[in-house]
Amino acid sequence: MSSLLDAFLGQWNYFLVILLMMIGFYAVIARGNMVKKMVGLNIFQTSVFMLYISMGKISEGTAPILTGDAATVYSNPLPHVLILTAIVVGVATTAVGYALIIRIQESFDTIEDDDIILLMEDETEDAQ
Amino acid sequence: MSGFVVNAVLIFFLVLIAFLALRLHRLFAMVMLSGAFSLVAAALFVVLDAVDVAFTEAAVGAGISTVLALATLSLVPVEEKPHKVAIIPAFIALTTGVLLALAVTDLPKFGAADAPIHNYVAPDFISGSENDIGVPNVVTSVLASYRGYDTLGETVVIFTAAIAVLLIIGGWTRDRRRVSKQAEDDHAG
Amino acid sequence: MQDDPVMRVIAKVLIPSVMLFALYVQFHGDYGPGGGFQAGVIFAAAFILNATIFGLNRGRHAWPARANLLAICLGVLLYGGTGVATMLLGENFLNYNALSDDPIAGQHLGILLVELGVGITVAAVMVSLFFTFAGRLTHIRLMRKTDTAEPDTAQQEGLGNE
Repeated sequence: MSSLLDAFLGQWNYFLVILLMMIGFYAVIARGNMVKKMVGLNIFQTSVFMLYISMGKISEGTAPILTGDAATVYSNPLPHVLILTAIVVGVATTAVGYALIIRIQESFDTIEDDDIILLMEDETEDAQ
Repeated sequence: MSGFVVNAVLIFFLVLIAFLALRLHRLFAMVMLSGAFSLVAAALFVVLDAVDVAFTEAAVGAGISTVLALATLSLVPVEEKPHKVAIIPAFIALTTGVLLALAVTDLPKFGAADAPIHNYVAPDFISGSENDIGVPNVVTSVLASYRGYDTLGETVVIFTAAIAVLLIIGGWTRDRRRVSKQAEDDHAG
Repeated sequence: MQDDPVMRVIAKVLIPSVMLFALYVQFHGDYGPGGGFQAGVIFAAAFILNATIFGLNRGRHAWPARANLLAICLGVLLYGGTGVATMLLGENFLNYNALSDDPIAGQHLGILLVELGVGITVAAVMVSLFFTFAGRLTHIRLMRKTDTAEPDTAQQEGLGNE
Protein backbone atom coordinates (compact mmCIF):
# COMPACT_ATOMS: atom_id res chain seq x y z
CA MET A 1 0.00 0.00 0.00
CA SER A 2 2.74 2.41 0.96
CA SER A 3 4.55 1.58 -2.26
CA LEU A 4 1.43 2.60 -4.18
CA LEU A 5 1.25 5.88 -2.26
CA ASP A 6 4.95 6.34 -2.88
CA ALA A 7 4.43 5.83 -6.61
CA PHE A 8 1.55 8.31 -6.60
CA LEU A 9 3.56 10.96 -4.74
CA GLY A 10 6.52 10.26 -7.01
CA GLN A 11 4.39 11.22 -10.01
CA TRP A 12 2.49 14.00 -8.20
CA ASN A 13 3.84 16.72 -10.51
CA TYR A 14 2.84 14.83 -13.63
CA PHE A 15 -0.70 14.16 -12.37
CA LEU A 16 -1.29 17.80 -11.48
CA VAL A 17 0.17 18.88 -14.81
CA ILE A 18 -2.43 16.68 -16.47
CA LEU A 19 -5.18 18.27 -14.35
CA LEU A 20 -3.93 21.67 -15.47
CA MET A 21 -3.96 20.51 -19.08
CA MET A 22 -7.56 19.29 -18.70
CA ILE A 23 -8.66 22.68 -17.36
CA GLY A 24 -6.97 24.51 -20.23
CA PHE A 25 -8.27 22.06 -22.83
CA TYR A 26 -11.84 22.35 -21.53
CA ALA A 27 -11.64 26.16 -21.65
CA VAL A 28 -10.42 26.05 -25.24
CA ILE A 29 -13.07 23.70 -26.60
CA ALA A 30 -16.09 24.51 -24.39
CA ARG A 31 -16.07 28.25 -23.85
CA GLY A 32 -17.42 30.54 -26.54
CA ASN A 33 -15.73 33.72 -25.41
CA MET A 34 -12.55 34.20 -27.39
CA VAL A 35 -10.55 36.01 -24.71
CA LYS A 36 -11.34 33.09 -22.42
CA LYS A 37 -10.22 30.66 -25.10
CA MET A 38 -6.89 32.49 -25.28
CA VAL A 39 -6.43 32.31 -21.49
CA GLY A 40 -7.34 28.62 -21.66
CA LEU A 41 -4.73 28.15 -24.35
CA ASN A 42 -2.15 29.84 -22.11
CA ILE A 43 -3.03 27.49 -19.24
CA PHE A 44 -2.68 24.52 -21.59
CA GLN A 45 0.67 25.86 -22.76
CA THR A 46 1.94 26.35 -19.19
CA SER A 47 0.97 22.77 -18.35
CA VAL A 48 3.19 21.52 -21.18
CA PHE A 49 6.03 23.76 -19.98
CA MET A 50 5.60 22.36 -16.48
CA LEU A 51 5.81 18.78 -17.80
CA TYR A 52 9.09 19.48 -19.58
CA ILE A 53 10.68 21.29 -16.64
CA SER A 54 9.51 18.59 -14.19
CA MET A 55 11.23 15.97 -16.33
CA GLY A 56 14.48 17.93 -16.26
CA LYS A 57 14.57 18.16 -12.47
CA ILE A 58 17.01 15.95 -10.54
CA SER A 59 16.45 15.58 -6.78
CA GLU A 60 19.26 17.28 -4.83
CA GLY A 61 20.35 18.86 -8.13
CA THR A 62 20.89 22.56 -8.65
CA ALA A 63 20.31 25.14 -11.39
CA PRO A 64 22.54 24.49 -14.44
CA ILE A 65 24.99 27.32 -13.78
CA LEU A 66 28.47 25.92 -13.38
CA THR A 67 29.95 26.30 -9.91
CA GLY A 68 33.38 24.90 -10.70
CA ASP A 69 32.88 22.09 -8.18
CA ALA A 70 33.03 18.72 -9.94
CA ALA A 71 30.73 17.02 -7.42
CA THR A 72 27.75 19.30 -8.09
CA VAL A 73 24.69 17.68 -9.68
CA TYR A 74 22.97 19.90 -12.25
CA SER A 75 19.41 19.60 -13.46
CA ASN A 76 19.01 18.95 -17.17
CA PRO A 77 19.53 22.24 -19.08
CA LEU A 78 17.98 21.08 -22.36
CA PRO A 79 14.27 21.37 -21.38
CA HIS A 80 15.04 24.81 -19.93
CA VAL A 81 16.32 26.02 -23.29
CA LEU A 82 13.35 24.62 -25.19
CA ILE A 83 10.81 26.13 -22.79
CA LEU A 84 12.57 29.48 -22.48
CA THR A 85 12.19 30.14 -26.18
CA ALA A 86 8.69 28.60 -26.21
CA ILE A 87 7.47 31.11 -23.62
CA VAL A 88 8.57 34.12 -25.66
CA VAL A 89 7.23 32.63 -28.89
CA GLY A 90 4.02 31.83 -26.98
CA VAL A 91 3.44 35.45 -26.05
CA ALA A 92 4.13 36.58 -29.61
CA THR A 93 1.58 34.15 -31.04
CA THR A 94 -0.89 35.07 -28.26
CA ALA A 95 -0.57 38.67 -29.43
CA VAL A 96 -1.55 37.58 -32.96
CA GLY A 97 -4.59 35.87 -31.42
CA TYR A 98 -5.61 39.00 -29.54
CA ALA A 99 -5.16 41.07 -32.71
CA LEU A 100 -7.55 38.72 -34.54
CA ILE A 101 -10.02 39.01 -31.63
CA ILE A 102 -9.96 42.79 -31.95
CA ARG A 103 -10.66 42.58 -35.68
CA ILE A 104 -13.51 40.10 -35.05
CA GLN A 105 -15.00 42.49 -32.49
CA GLU A 106 -14.82 45.33 -35.00
CA SER A 107 -16.49 43.31 -37.77
CA PHE A 108 -19.13 41.37 -35.80
CA ASP A 109 -19.53 43.45 -32.64
CA THR A 110 -19.21 40.34 -30.51
CA ILE A 111 -16.50 37.89 -29.45
CA GLU A 112 -18.81 34.98 -28.53
CA ASP A 113 -18.42 32.32 -31.19
CA ASP A 114 -22.08 31.13 -31.17
CA ASP A 115 -23.26 34.72 -31.81
CA ILE A 116 -20.82 34.98 -34.70
CA ILE A 117 -22.16 31.74 -36.19
CA LEU A 118 -25.73 33.11 -35.94
CA LEU A 119 -24.70 36.36 -37.62
CA MET A 120 -23.00 34.49 -40.45
CA GLU A 121 -26.05 32.25 -40.95
CA ASP A 122 -28.23 35.38 -41.19
CA GLU A 123 -25.89 36.79 -43.79
CA THR A 124 -26.05 33.67 -45.97
CA GLU A 125 -29.87 33.65 -45.71
CA ASP A 126 -29.97 37.29 -46.75
CA ALA A 127 -27.80 36.51 -49.72
CA GLN A 128 -30.13 33.77 -50.98
CA MET B 1 11.98 16.76 1.16
CA SER B 2 11.04 20.37 1.94
CA GLY B 3 11.73 21.18 -1.70
CA PHE B 4 9.25 18.51 -2.69
CA VAL B 5 6.57 19.91 -0.35
CA VAL B 6 7.03 23.46 -1.69
CA ASN B 7 6.83 22.11 -5.22
CA ALA B 8 3.68 20.06 -4.47
CA VAL B 9 1.91 23.00 -2.80
CA LEU B 10 2.83 25.47 -5.56
CA ILE B 11 1.61 23.20 -8.34
CA PHE B 12 -1.62 22.65 -6.39
CA PHE B 13 -2.05 26.46 -6.19
CA LEU B 14 -1.46 26.62 -9.92
CA VAL B 15 -4.30 24.20 -10.61
CA LEU B 16 -6.55 26.07 -8.15
CA ILE B 17 -5.90 29.45 -9.82
CA ALA B 18 -6.49 27.97 -13.27
CA PHE B 19 -9.79 26.47 -12.13
CA LEU B 20 -10.98 29.75 -10.56
CA ALA B 21 -9.94 31.73 -13.64
CA LEU B 22 -12.03 29.38 -15.77
CA ARG B 23 -15.12 29.92 -13.60
CA LEU B 24 -15.02 33.74 -13.62
CA HIS B 25 -17.33 35.58 -15.98
CA ARG B 26 -15.66 38.96 -15.53
CA LEU B 27 -12.82 39.00 -18.01
CA PHE B 28 -10.83 41.70 -16.18
CA ALA B 29 -10.70 39.61 -13.02
CA MET B 30 -9.83 36.58 -15.12
CA VAL B 31 -6.92 38.33 -16.80
CA MET B 32 -5.56 39.48 -13.43
CA LEU B 33 -5.84 35.91 -12.16
CA SER B 34 -3.93 34.68 -15.19
CA GLY B 35 -1.18 37.16 -14.27
CA ALA B 36 -1.11 35.65 -10.77
CA PHE B 37 -1.03 32.21 -12.42
CA SER B 38 2.12 33.16 -14.32
CA LEU B 39 3.75 34.47 -11.14
CA VAL B 40 3.06 31.21 -9.28
CA ALA B 41 4.35 29.32 -12.32
CA ALA B 42 7.56 31.38 -12.17
CA ALA B 43 7.99 30.50 -8.49
CA LEU B 44 7.49 26.85 -9.36
CA PHE B 45 10.13 27.05 -12.10
CA VAL B 46 12.62 28.34 -9.51
CA VAL B 47 11.84 25.36 -7.26
CA LEU B 48 12.40 23.06 -10.24
CA ASP B 49 15.87 24.63 -10.85
CA ALA B 50 14.88 26.37 -14.08
CA VAL B 51 15.99 29.88 -13.09
CA ASP B 52 16.21 31.21 -16.64
CA VAL B 53 12.74 29.94 -17.44
CA ALA B 54 11.38 31.46 -14.22
CA PHE B 55 12.93 34.80 -15.17
CA THR B 56 11.29 34.69 -18.59
CA GLU B 57 7.93 33.54 -17.26
CA ALA B 58 7.88 36.35 -14.66
CA ALA B 59 8.77 39.01 -17.24
CA VAL B 60 6.69 37.71 -20.14
CA GLY B 61 3.76 35.85 -18.58
CA ALA B 62 3.04 38.11 -15.64
CA GLY B 63 4.16 41.31 -17.38
CA ILE B 64 3.78 41.65 -21.13
CA SER B 65 1.01 39.15 -21.73
CA THR B 66 -1.18 40.66 -18.96
CA VAL B 67 -0.62 44.11 -20.47
CA LEU B 68 -1.60 42.83 -23.93
CA ALA B 69 -4.72 41.13 -22.56
CA LEU B 70 -5.75 44.33 -20.76
CA ALA B 71 -5.18 46.35 -23.93
CA THR B 72 -7.44 43.89 -25.77
CA LEU B 73 -10.10 44.16 -23.06
CA SER B 74 -10.23 47.93 -23.57
CA LEU B 75 -11.60 47.19 -27.05
CA VAL B 76 -13.95 44.22 -26.46
CA PRO B 77 -16.85 43.51 -24.04
CA VAL B 78 -15.57 42.71 -20.55
CA GLU B 79 -18.42 40.40 -19.52
CA GLU B 80 -18.65 36.85 -20.76
CA LYS B 81 -22.04 35.44 -21.67
CA PRO B 82 -23.12 32.97 -18.97
CA HIS B 83 -22.45 29.40 -19.99
CA LYS B 84 -23.65 26.04 -18.78
CA VAL B 85 -21.17 23.22 -18.27
CA ALA B 86 -20.79 21.61 -21.67
CA ILE B 87 -21.04 17.84 -21.29
CA ILE B 88 -19.30 16.63 -24.44
CA PRO B 89 -16.19 18.86 -24.14
CA ALA B 90 -15.95 17.98 -20.43
CA PHE B 91 -16.09 14.29 -21.37
CA ILE B 92 -13.41 14.73 -24.04
CA ALA B 93 -11.14 16.64 -21.67
CA LEU B 94 -11.68 14.04 -18.95
CA THR B 95 -10.95 11.13 -21.28
CA THR B 96 -7.78 12.75 -22.54
CA GLY B 97 -6.71 13.38 -18.96
CA VAL B 98 -7.35 9.80 -17.86
CA LEU B 99 -5.45 8.40 -20.84
CA LEU B 100 -2.51 10.70 -20.16
CA ALA B 101 -2.57 9.79 -16.45
CA LEU B 102 -2.31 6.11 -17.43
CA ALA B 103 0.60 6.96 -19.72
CA VAL B 104 2.33 9.00 -17.02
CA THR B 105 2.60 6.00 -14.68
CA ASP B 106 5.20 4.64 -17.12
CA LEU B 107 7.40 7.73 -16.76
CA PRO B 108 10.46 7.49 -14.50
CA LYS B 109 9.91 8.75 -10.97
CA PHE B 110 9.98 12.53 -10.55
CA GLY B 111 13.51 13.73 -9.77
CA ALA B 112 15.20 10.39 -10.57
CA ALA B 113 18.80 10.96 -11.63
CA ASP B 114 18.92 7.81 -13.78
CA ALA B 115 15.99 8.78 -16.03
CA PRO B 116 16.77 8.41 -19.75
CA ILE B 117 16.44 12.16 -20.34
CA HIS B 118 19.54 12.81 -18.20
CA ASN B 119 21.74 10.21 -19.87
CA TYR B 120 22.16 11.27 -23.50
CA VAL B 121 23.07 14.84 -24.47
CA ALA B 122 22.74 16.65 -21.13
CA PRO B 123 26.09 15.51 -19.65
CA ASP B 124 27.81 16.47 -22.91
CA PHE B 125 26.24 19.91 -22.81
CA ILE B 126 27.29 20.44 -19.20
CA SER B 127 30.91 19.34 -19.72
CA GLY B 128 31.09 21.02 -23.14
CA SER B 129 29.86 24.30 -21.77
CA GLU B 130 32.85 24.34 -19.46
CA ASN B 131 35.52 23.07 -21.85
CA ASP B 132 34.50 24.11 -25.39
CA ILE B 133 32.54 27.29 -24.78
CA GLY B 134 33.70 28.61 -21.41
CA VAL B 135 30.31 30.00 -20.42
CA PRO B 136 29.20 29.14 -16.88
CA ASN B 137 25.48 29.42 -17.63
CA VAL B 138 24.78 26.16 -19.45
CA VAL B 139 21.36 27.37 -20.60
CA THR B 140 22.95 30.31 -22.43
CA SER B 141 25.57 28.15 -24.11
CA VAL B 142 22.99 25.59 -25.27
CA LEU B 143 20.58 28.32 -26.36
CA ALA B 144 23.01 30.42 -28.35
CA SER B 145 25.64 27.93 -29.48
CA TYR B 146 24.62 24.26 -29.44
CA ARG B 147 21.06 24.99 -30.51
CA GLY B 148 21.76 28.20 -32.41
CA TYR B 149 19.64 27.12 -35.38
CA ASP B 150 16.65 26.59 -33.13
CA THR B 151 16.98 30.01 -31.52
CA LEU B 152 17.35 31.65 -34.93
CA GLY B 153 14.07 30.02 -35.91
CA GLU B 154 12.37 31.22 -32.73
CA THR B 155 13.59 34.77 -33.33
CA VAL B 156 12.17 34.65 -36.84
CA VAL B 157 8.84 33.42 -35.42
CA ILE B 158 8.71 36.42 -33.06
CA PHE B 159 9.58 38.70 -35.98
CA THR B 160 6.81 37.15 -38.08
CA ALA B 161 4.27 37.47 -35.26
CA ALA B 162 5.06 41.17 -34.90
CA ILE B 163 4.65 41.73 -38.65
CA ALA B 164 1.34 39.81 -38.55
CA VAL B 165 -0.01 41.93 -35.70
CA LEU B 166 1.08 45.13 -37.46
CA LEU B 167 -0.70 43.98 -40.64
CA ILE B 168 -3.89 42.95 -38.82
CA ILE B 169 -4.41 45.92 -36.51
CA GLY B 170 -1.51 48.25 -37.23
CA GLY B 171 -3.65 50.59 -39.30
CA TRP B 172 -1.73 50.02 -42.53
CA THR B 173 -4.79 50.38 -44.72
CA ARG B 174 -5.38 52.32 -47.88
CA ASP B 175 -6.63 55.08 -45.57
CA ARG B 176 -3.35 55.29 -43.76
CA ARG B 177 -2.32 58.57 -45.34
CA ARG B 178 -5.70 60.09 -44.60
CA VAL B 179 -5.57 58.93 -40.97
CA SER B 180 -2.04 60.07 -40.32
CA LYS B 181 -2.83 63.45 -41.88
CA GLN B 182 -5.81 63.76 -39.57
CA ALA B 183 -3.58 62.85 -36.62
CA GLU B 184 -1.15 65.60 -37.58
CA ASP B 185 -3.99 68.11 -37.86
CA ASP B 186 -5.25 67.10 -34.44
CA HIS B 187 -1.79 67.42 -33.00
CA ALA B 188 -1.30 70.87 -34.49
CA GLY B 189 -4.78 72.01 -33.54
CA MET C 1 -2.39 59.02 -14.97
CA GLN C 2 -0.49 61.98 -16.40
CA ASP C 3 -1.54 64.27 -13.53
CA ASP C 4 -0.55 62.06 -10.65
CA PRO C 5 2.72 63.44 -9.20
CA VAL C 6 3.48 60.24 -7.27
CA MET C 7 3.28 58.15 -10.42
CA ARG C 8 5.37 60.59 -12.43
CA VAL C 9 8.17 60.84 -9.87
CA ILE C 10 8.29 57.08 -9.31
CA ALA C 11 8.28 56.44 -13.05
CA LYS C 12 11.17 58.85 -13.56
CA VAL C 13 13.24 57.00 -10.98
CA LEU C 14 12.11 53.56 -12.13
CA ILE C 15 12.48 53.81 -15.91
CA PRO C 16 16.28 54.35 -16.05
CA SER C 17 16.87 51.65 -13.44
CA VAL C 18 14.70 49.17 -15.36
CA MET C 19 16.71 49.91 -18.51
CA LEU C 20 19.99 49.51 -16.66
CA PHE C 21 18.77 46.21 -15.22
CA ALA C 22 17.84 45.07 -18.74
CA LEU C 23 21.38 45.82 -19.94
CA TYR C 24 22.80 43.92 -16.95
CA VAL C 25 20.59 40.92 -17.75
CA GLN C 26 21.63 41.10 -21.40
CA PHE C 27 25.37 41.18 -20.90
CA HIS C 28 25.58 39.13 -17.73
CA GLY C 29 23.55 36.31 -19.27
CA ASP C 30 26.71 34.25 -19.81
CA TYR C 31 27.43 34.08 -16.08
CA GLY C 32 24.05 34.08 -14.38
CA PRO C 33 20.39 33.71 -15.24
CA GLY C 34 19.43 35.94 -18.12
CA GLY C 35 20.01 36.50 -21.80
CA GLY C 36 18.56 38.15 -24.84
CA PHE C 37 14.95 37.05 -24.42
CA GLN C 38 14.61 38.25 -20.82
CA ALA C 39 16.59 41.44 -21.39
CA GLY C 40 14.49 42.36 -24.40
CA VAL C 41 11.26 41.96 -22.48
CA ILE C 42 12.54 43.98 -19.51
CA PHE C 43 13.81 46.74 -21.80
CA ALA C 44 10.40 46.86 -23.48
CA ALA C 45 8.73 47.04 -20.06
CA ALA C 46 10.57 50.33 -19.41
CA PHE C 47 9.07 51.86 -22.55
CA ILE C 48 5.63 50.46 -21.77
CA LEU C 49 5.81 52.04 -18.30
CA ASN C 50 6.83 55.31 -19.91
CA ALA C 51 3.85 55.18 -22.26
CA THR C 52 1.33 54.24 -19.57
CA ILE C 53 2.43 57.01 -17.19
CA PHE C 54 3.15 59.85 -19.62
CA GLY C 55 0.63 59.04 -22.33
CA LEU C 56 0.81 57.23 -25.64
CA ASN C 57 1.98 60.23 -27.66
CA ARG C 58 5.02 60.89 -25.50
CA GLY C 59 5.66 57.17 -25.42
CA ARG C 60 5.67 57.06 -29.21
CA HIS C 61 8.01 60.03 -29.24
CA ALA C 62 10.53 58.09 -27.14
CA TRP C 63 10.40 55.09 -29.51
CA PRO C 64 9.38 56.17 -33.03
CA ALA C 65 7.58 53.64 -35.22
CA ARG C 66 10.15 53.80 -38.01
CA ALA C 67 13.07 53.13 -35.68
CA ASN C 68 11.02 50.33 -34.20
CA LEU C 69 10.54 48.57 -37.54
CA LEU C 70 14.25 48.96 -38.27
CA ALA C 71 15.12 47.47 -34.87
CA ILE C 72 12.83 44.47 -35.39
CA CYS C 73 14.64 43.66 -38.63
CA LEU C 74 18.10 44.58 -37.33
CA GLY C 75 17.97 41.99 -34.55
CA VAL C 76 17.14 39.11 -36.91
CA LEU C 77 19.74 40.37 -39.40
CA LEU C 78 22.40 40.53 -36.68
CA TYR C 79 21.64 36.93 -35.74
CA GLY C 80 21.61 35.67 -39.32
CA GLY C 81 24.58 37.88 -40.19
CA THR C 82 26.68 36.26 -37.47
CA GLY C 83 25.89 32.91 -39.07
CA VAL C 84 26.81 34.16 -42.53
CA ALA C 85 30.03 35.68 -41.17
CA THR C 86 31.09 32.33 -39.73
CA MET C 87 30.35 30.75 -43.12
CA LEU C 88 32.48 33.35 -44.91
CA LEU C 89 35.29 32.62 -42.46
CA GLY C 90 35.19 29.00 -43.60
CA GLU C 91 33.25 27.26 -40.84
CA ASN C 92 29.70 25.95 -40.63
CA PHE C 93 26.72 28.26 -40.24
CA LEU C 94 26.65 29.58 -36.64
CA ASN C 95 29.89 27.82 -35.65
CA TYR C 96 31.42 30.66 -33.67
CA ASN C 97 34.86 29.04 -33.39
CA ALA C 98 35.72 30.80 -36.65
CA LEU C 99 35.19 34.28 -35.24
CA SER C 100 38.53 34.36 -33.42
CA ASP C 101 41.83 32.48 -33.34
CA ASP C 102 40.99 31.18 -29.90
CA PRO C 103 37.83 29.00 -30.13
CA ILE C 104 36.63 30.00 -26.66
CA ALA C 105 37.01 33.71 -27.42
CA GLY C 106 35.17 33.08 -30.70
CA GLN C 107 32.35 31.35 -28.87
CA HIS C 108 32.11 34.26 -26.41
CA LEU C 109 31.94 36.80 -29.22
CA GLY C 110 29.41 34.76 -31.17
CA ILE C 111 27.13 34.25 -28.17
CA LEU C 112 27.34 37.97 -27.35
CA LEU C 113 26.36 38.99 -30.90
CA VAL C 114 23.58 36.44 -31.18
CA GLU C 115 22.09 37.32 -27.80
CA LEU C 116 22.27 41.00 -28.72
CA GLY C 117 20.34 40.26 -31.89
CA VAL C 118 17.70 38.34 -29.95
CA GLY C 119 17.47 41.15 -27.37
CA ILE C 120 17.01 43.88 -29.97
CA THR C 121 14.31 41.96 -31.83
CA VAL C 122 12.40 40.95 -28.70
CA ALA C 123 12.50 44.46 -27.22
CA ALA C 124 11.33 46.10 -30.44
CA VAL C 125 8.62 43.49 -31.01
CA MET C 126 7.20 43.83 -27.49
CA VAL C 127 7.15 47.64 -27.66
CA SER C 128 5.52 47.61 -31.08
CA LEU C 129 2.91 45.05 -29.93
CA PHE C 130 1.99 47.30 -27.01
CA PHE C 131 1.80 50.46 -29.14
CA THR C 132 -0.27 48.68 -31.79
CA PHE C 133 -2.81 47.36 -29.27
CA ALA C 134 -2.99 50.59 -27.27
CA GLY C 135 -3.12 52.75 -30.39
CA ARG C 136 -6.03 50.86 -31.95
CA LEU C 137 -8.69 52.91 -30.13
CA THR C 138 -7.29 56.26 -31.31
CA HIS C 139 -6.88 54.81 -34.77
CA ILE C 140 -10.56 53.83 -34.92
CA ARG C 141 -11.66 57.22 -33.61
CA LEU C 142 -9.59 58.96 -36.26
CA MET C 143 -11.07 56.74 -38.97
CA ARG C 144 -14.52 57.71 -37.70
CA LYS C 145 -13.65 61.38 -37.74
CA THR C 146 -12.48 61.28 -41.34
CA ASP C 147 -15.65 59.37 -42.25
CA THR C 148 -18.09 61.94 -40.82
CA ALA C 149 -18.51 63.63 -44.21
CA GLU C 150 -20.01 60.38 -45.51
CA PRO C 151 -23.38 59.03 -44.28
CA ASP C 152 -22.60 57.98 -40.77
CA THR C 153 -22.79 54.24 -40.42
CA ALA C 154 -19.75 54.07 -38.25
CA GLN C 155 -21.73 55.09 -35.18
CA GLN C 156 -23.69 51.86 -35.30
CA GLU C 157 -20.61 49.73 -35.40
CA GLY C 158 -20.19 49.20 -31.69
CA LEU C 159 -16.78 49.55 -30.21
CA GLY C 160 -17.46 47.66 -27.01
CA ASN C 161 -16.90 49.74 -23.95
CA GLU C 162 -15.24 53.00 -24.69
